[in-house]
Amino acid sequence: MSLKDHSSILFRESRPDEGLRKAVGMKRVDIITAVRESGLKGRGGAGFPTGVKWNFAALAQDTVKYVVCNADEGEPGTFKDRVLLSEKADLVLEGMAIAGRAIGAREGIIYLRGEYDFMRRHLEQVIASREAAHLLGESILGLDGFDFTVRVHMGAGAYVCGEETALIESLEGHRGEPRNRPPFPVNTGYLGHPTCVNNVETLALAARVIALGAEAFAKVGPASSTGTKLFSVSGDCARPGVYEFPMGISIEDLLREVGGEEAKAVQVGGASGTCVPRKAFTRRLAFDDASTGGSIIVFGPGRDMLRVARNFMEFFDEESCGQCTPCRSGNRVLLEGIGKLEQGCCSLSHLQELQALGETMQLASKCGLGQSSPNAFLSIVEHFKDEILARQGA
Amino acid sequence: MNTESRMNPDTSRAPVSQKPQVVNARADENAVGAQVRVSIDGQEIKVPLGTTILDAAKRLGVHIPTLCHHADLCSAGLCRVCVVEVEGQRALQASCAYPITSPLTIKTHTRKVRNARRHIVDLMLSEHVGECYTCSRSNNCELQSLAKEMGVVNFRFGQRTERRHQTDTSSHSVVRNMDKCVLCRRCVRTCIDLQEVGVLEACHRGSETTIETFRDKPLGEVVCINCGQCINRCPTGALRANDPTEEIWRHIDNPGKHVVIQTAPAPRAAIGECFGCAPGTPMTFEMNSALRLCGFDKVFDTNFTADLTILEEGTELLLRLHRALVQGDREAALPQFTSCSPGWVKYLEHFYPDYIPNLSSAKSPQQMFGAVIKTYYAQLHELDPKDIVTVALMPCSAKKFECNRPEMVDSGFKDVDYGLTTRELAQMFKEAGIDLPNLPHSDFDDPFGSATGSGVIFGATGGVMEAALRTVIEVVCGVQVENLFDHADIIPVRGFDGIRYVELPIREVGPVIPMFKHLVGDWDWLKGATLKVAVAHGTANAKKVMDDIKAGGRFSECHFIEFMGCPGGCIGGGGQPIPTSPEIRAARAKAIYGEDRSYKIRKSHENPAVLELYEKFLKEGPCGHLSHKLLHTHYTARGAFMA
Repeated sequence: MSLKDHSSILFRESRPDEGLRKAVGMKRVDIITAVRESGLKGRGGAGFPTGVKWNFAALAQDTVKYVVCNADEGEPGTFKDRVLLSEKADLVLEGMAIAGRAIGAREGIIYLRGEYDFMRRHLEQVIASREAAHLLGESILGLDGFDFTVRVHMGAGAYVCGEETALIESLEGHRGEPRNRPPFPVNTGYLGHPTCVNNVETLALAARVIALGAEAFAKVGPASSTGTKLFSVSGDCARPGVYEFPMGISIEDLLREVGGEEAKAVQVGGASGTCVPRKAFTRRLAFDDASTGGSIIVFGPGRDMLRVARNFMEFFDEESCGQCTPCRSGNRVLLEGIGKLEQGCCSLSHLQELQALGETMQLASKCGLGQSSPNAFLSIVEHFKDEILARQGA
Repeated sequence: MNTESRMNPDTSRAPVSQKPQVVNARADENAVGAQVRVSIDGQEIKVPLGTTILDAAKRLGVHIPTLCHHADLCSAGLCRVCVVEVEGQRALQASCAYPITSPLTIKTHTRKVRNARRHIVDLMLSEHVGECYTCSRSNNCELQSLAKEMGVVNFRFGQRTERRHQTDTSSHSVVRNMDKCVLCRRCVRTCIDLQEVGVLEACHRGSETTIETFRDKPLGEVVCINCGQCINRCPTGALRANDPTEEIWRHIDNPGKHVVIQTAPAPRAAIGECFGCAPGTPMTFEMNSALRLCGFDKVFDTNFTADLTILEEGTELLLRLHRALVQGDREAALPQFTSCSPGWVKYLEHFYPDYIPNLSSAKSPQQMFGAVIKTYYAQLHELDPKDIVTVALMPCSAKKFECNRPEMVDSGFKDVDYGLTTRELAQMFKEAGIDLPNLPHSDFDDPFGSATGSGVIFGATGGVMEAALRTVIEVVCGVQVENLFDHADIIPVRGFDGIRYVELPIREVGPVIPMFKHLVGDWDWLKGATLKVAVAHGTANAKKVMDDIKAGGRFSECHFIEFMGCPGGCIGGGGQPIPTSPEIRAARAKAIYGEDRSYKIRKSHENPAVLELYEKFLKEGPCGHLSHKLLHTHYTARGAFMA
């Protein structure tokens, strides 16, 4: 864990459960308003405003609602939730309880990535000790009617289960596959009940928003992307690790911090993100610029970008849930295209066809997986066309 | 008429990812009451909240291509062929799965949409081993039509030629060639949702995704009931029926063989569709001529044994009632279940084996006919039964399994040699150059020629019940059915409601007619009783009734229940022409009831050929010694668990 910034929100020293204690004294609507005014957006990658999501879930008419903590951290190059859950589990559970109070849910579920099985016992211990301290369970902090329990549910290794509707399918015991939307989970989710699915980091930040106040939170970072963000930095850099930076930090500033100044490109947002070439390193890491759920992969000057693209496409070819045509079949076709490029036998017109196919996948796939899977391929082809085409007809 | 329920959200076992869900729409200022405004390609319409974009477009006459969508199934929104552009949204939306809950502006054929659709069809073609020349679905293939519609002129992303799967021919009924599968999952939804059997499921991920049975076992070894509903809904040739036409031709060509065909009522109401006729165009008498042109030696009407079934099964019911009501026998196994539908029979054997005693022991009309042909008919015409080949034209794929059941050999030979579907016969006609719709009429052959309206209506859900009631009412009450129901049409048991329940009070009883004298002395014990009957079609509905019986609900009080394995009954069978839809099935049913009306004799117990059979051959009347040997059977408790 590397903390390089003094404006840390998540990892700065703070009084335990400050947010939860404040939330107990607040009206439900005021909690949601605070989260909305903080400008907090989902940290899983999609960047949906958290306050809006909570409001939808709060407005949904049902006696049973759920808060789900999406801990299916599966994006290649992402490992920040792992750090949060092992070092700041209390903060995450605090955020879940606040979310439960805000939307009127009495049950929370942590959907934990299958590969994180080693953390399960730790999490369950934290849950138990919080229950003993009346920070979970019935009448939390003595507030009558504020009941909220949390259990851990293990995933089984499917990347697509990070998509919230596929996650819910998996929770229900089905094959993890995205549902048709609308309706959205905030309306019809787990077992048909309104379900608020938030990323681990989002929930932890929400607890901090309540503790610090919306204004203090919103002061950090640009208006479009308030607060700090955890970045999982890996690849060709001197100091890989998890960093907390204010939103809006430029790629070059980040590279300087992690010792990756020599990079020729950076993959922002993991396999489903985009590849940013050196000439665009002034871009900022923010929702309205280079957006990421946390993954930053640094490629040094010696990296073969086509191999990078192959690596990502192999991942998607395997991890597509296989439900919709553009994703299931499109990823395979793009992977085959990379094979042709590697062999130097991909015509320019075929490459253009593959690019057009990539755009269709972005537009017509059923869920975010297929809609973002061609991003890496498309951005690498766009920015490293000369490198890629150098092999053709050689 | 079209009240056939597609899916009950309460009991549906389909994966939620593949079902439309309840949308609790927010009130919108532009929405008037439960109506919402939508503009599609510049045309405006108001539709009820929750209507899909696809349905709204249909109302406006705007065509949107589809593939994974099917009128009988929950919408999946997974092939993505039907994508459209919704104003204000970045991504395209699948119109079949997008419920309209707020005013929308939609465009159905922008450049983005056209490109996407072309790409999607190109992708499907790239994973489909397309062998159109040798495919049973050529010219009736939705993928082929779609490729034509999208203007596909080359395989942009390649064409798969290498075979990844072995064709599964283990089932007597359904052949699976997964190399042709485009993963629309209609078969999965048909099996788990429409029929609630659940044999097929998507397995593996990404480009390795396939549709598999439990542990990828051969179809012949799993709990498949052979209903063939998946075949009827497969857009390609990945699923087809096990086709016996080559062998049938071989027998026809062999002068040493006497090849007879019996034709069930449902195919004649549907086969015209294979020749461009509208659904519901009856082809009974044209088909007789065509069968003779093909070279069949005799053409019989399965209705003959449908009438025979009514007498055997009806008598069995009266005997069970007698045991229960007079002898106080608690083991009388009521309600009695019909056993004519082999899909339903196998369903029960797998999922409710404890209720096998409730199944009528009467064979299905197909199997009764086979046994009668190889005994009575062989004697009458001095034929050696080993030289007789019996073919059964059926709307059904499960009939292929049924005729191969090892116990179906009571004549000393395989009672029925081949089950032939409507589609396969149409193909035989085409091969022989027979222009079915324009043939002269001809009648069925003797000695079974004359049939009754009761036999004909076996083809539609409720038909067996209606036929049985016509006979039971007259035999027991001693009055004409017409006195109780206009034209002897017992309307309450008809229709397409998934489950129908009818009570018939027996106010008076008549004398015992000679045919039943050997069984009962009088009917007085039925006087004042109320006959409770029910009808269920499609195994999803059968499941509801069976679960109710298990729980001791009102259906456990019934005396007689008609179950049909397929939605709509035989007219919707797995061997019928493709496509199928509630509208098409309703049109076929209309043809069936129309034919019923045209018969002079409409009650099974008045069928002179049946009476003659009892008199000359079976001797002892219904449920007598020889009847039991030839016309009744037993069942196998199979259970639902596989090793």
